[in-house]
Amino acid sequence: MRRGFTGLIIPVLILLLWELFGRLGDLPVNAVSRPSDIAAAWFNSLIDGSLLLATWQTFETALLGLTIAATVGVLIGVALGLMPLLEQVTGPTIEALRPIPAIAFMPLALMMFGFGVALEASIVAYACVWPILIVTIGAVRAIEPRLLEVATTLEMPLPARLWKIVLPAAFARINVGLRIAAAIALVVAVTVEIVLNPRGLGYHLILAEQSLHVALMYAQLFWLCVIGYLLNMVLRNIGGPSRAWGTAQ
Amino acid sequence: MKRATITKLAALAFAASVVLLWQYLAELRLISPIFFPSPSRSIDVLIYRMEDGSIWHPLSATSLRMVVGWMLASVAGVAVGATIGSSRLARELLDPTLEFIRPLPASAVIPVAILFLGLTNAMSLTVIAFGAIWPVLLASVHGFSSVQPALLDVSEVLGFSRWQYLLKMALPSALPDIMSGLRVSLAIALILTVVTEMQSSLPGLGWDIFFAQRSYRSADLYAGLILLGILGFTANYLILLLERRTVRWRNL
Repeated sequence: MRRGFTGLIIPVLILLLWELFGRLGDLPVNAVSRPSDIAAAWFNSLIDGSLLLATWQTFETALLGLTIAATVGVLIGVALGLMPLLEQVTGPTIEALRPIPAIAFMPLALMMFGFGVALEASIVAYACVWPILIVTIGAVRAIEPRLLEVATTLEMPLPARLWKIVLPAAFARINVGLRIAAAIALVVAVTVEIVLNPRGLGYHLILAEQSLHVALMYAQLFWLCVIGYLLNMVLRNIGGPSRAWGTAQ
Repeated sequence: MKRATITKLAALAFAASVVLLWQYLAELRLISPIFFPSPSRSIDVLIYRMEDGSIWHPLSATSLRMVVGWMLASVAGVAVGATIGSSRLARELLDPTLEFIRPLPASAVIPVAILFLGLTNAMSLTVIAFGAIWPVLLASVHGFSSVQPALLDVSEVLGFSRWQYLLKMALPSALPDIMSGLRVSLAIALILTVVTEMQSSLPGLGWDIFFAQRSYRSADLYAGLILLGILGFTANYLILLLERRTVRWRNL
């Protein structure tokens, strides 16, 4: 309780001083707005639904990209994890692709897909596939060898082997990779919207700046903080139980 | 040893066959030359631009932007991290605020930075530093807060001042954490360098790629991607070397 209170001192102080300077002194109007105006702008955009629509557009695309990345990353990761030789052979090629920032593929994706969901989701998928792939390879490697021996003894066909042994045993760790990727997905989606794609939260943010609706811009920035914070909290909590289960093995 | 050589050769052969397959498909026009120009065309572009010297300016501009932004983030990150990591009060005061700002996508501060600084290098560096600070900051907080209590006792016995303790005891002890944070930060710095260049038309590889697309010169676009890959790989490799050198004592 006391800890929570100390943490509030600085933000409250900043807001109060900010408001005070906004009322008494003269802030550069085209760069800074008052907290009370920002709150009003936030409330208005929430009421007219534009903020929620933009949030939905961003989430929808991020989720689509994440789903693609999870499918591709887990499939390839399981294959490479089960076949170390294949992983060693393809490793350097994969490592050569990885350091290219996903954002740099934006112009290419724009040529291929034009503006819209596909452009954004493809960039999100490219950015998210790496952590999922790497974590999955590690997770499959870390499966208790006896479990795989059991599958061999039972003469399980490959699909059953993957579905009944490999995926459940590796799931807890893969889940960690998915949570890392989910945080990346939101960041990348917003970035694509800010630079290029005319939809979602990022686009509304840059639009507010370009049309000098400064209060609205800060309101959206604040909203992004809230969303990111909530997402992190949710991701941390849904990961909890399964991680405990994973380490208990 | 011999087995390892064979796998290395096989890995090289795999990489080569991917490029060759691409080349073959592009020459047969089985894949669109607009989206996937043949690798040889991109390499021709690279060689041509190396010869006429037009490659060096964007490459050095991007590298410089990335390194300077990363250094700003590193200095600020270690300073704030040391403060929070070694003082309970600072931690209680600052932690919740930082936790609130941290999930904010770094690119979202671009509009604010533009309003304050315009489409300038200062804007770009601010955004890079803002985004790249988090890994160093978190790593430093962890490093400075997990210094062995015995070291604190030793520095008290030796009569160290607080500064001396931080510099001679806590910093070396936190260094392995800080170094790994620095490596992640560098990768983020490169991403944000590209983002700010694209967003604000600042000269560099990011802008080159954007411009190549606008003029439908896809070979140039891929040449830019290859250069970015090399830059990212080299930067990561150099900092790994530095990391190994500086924390070598830890493995002794």
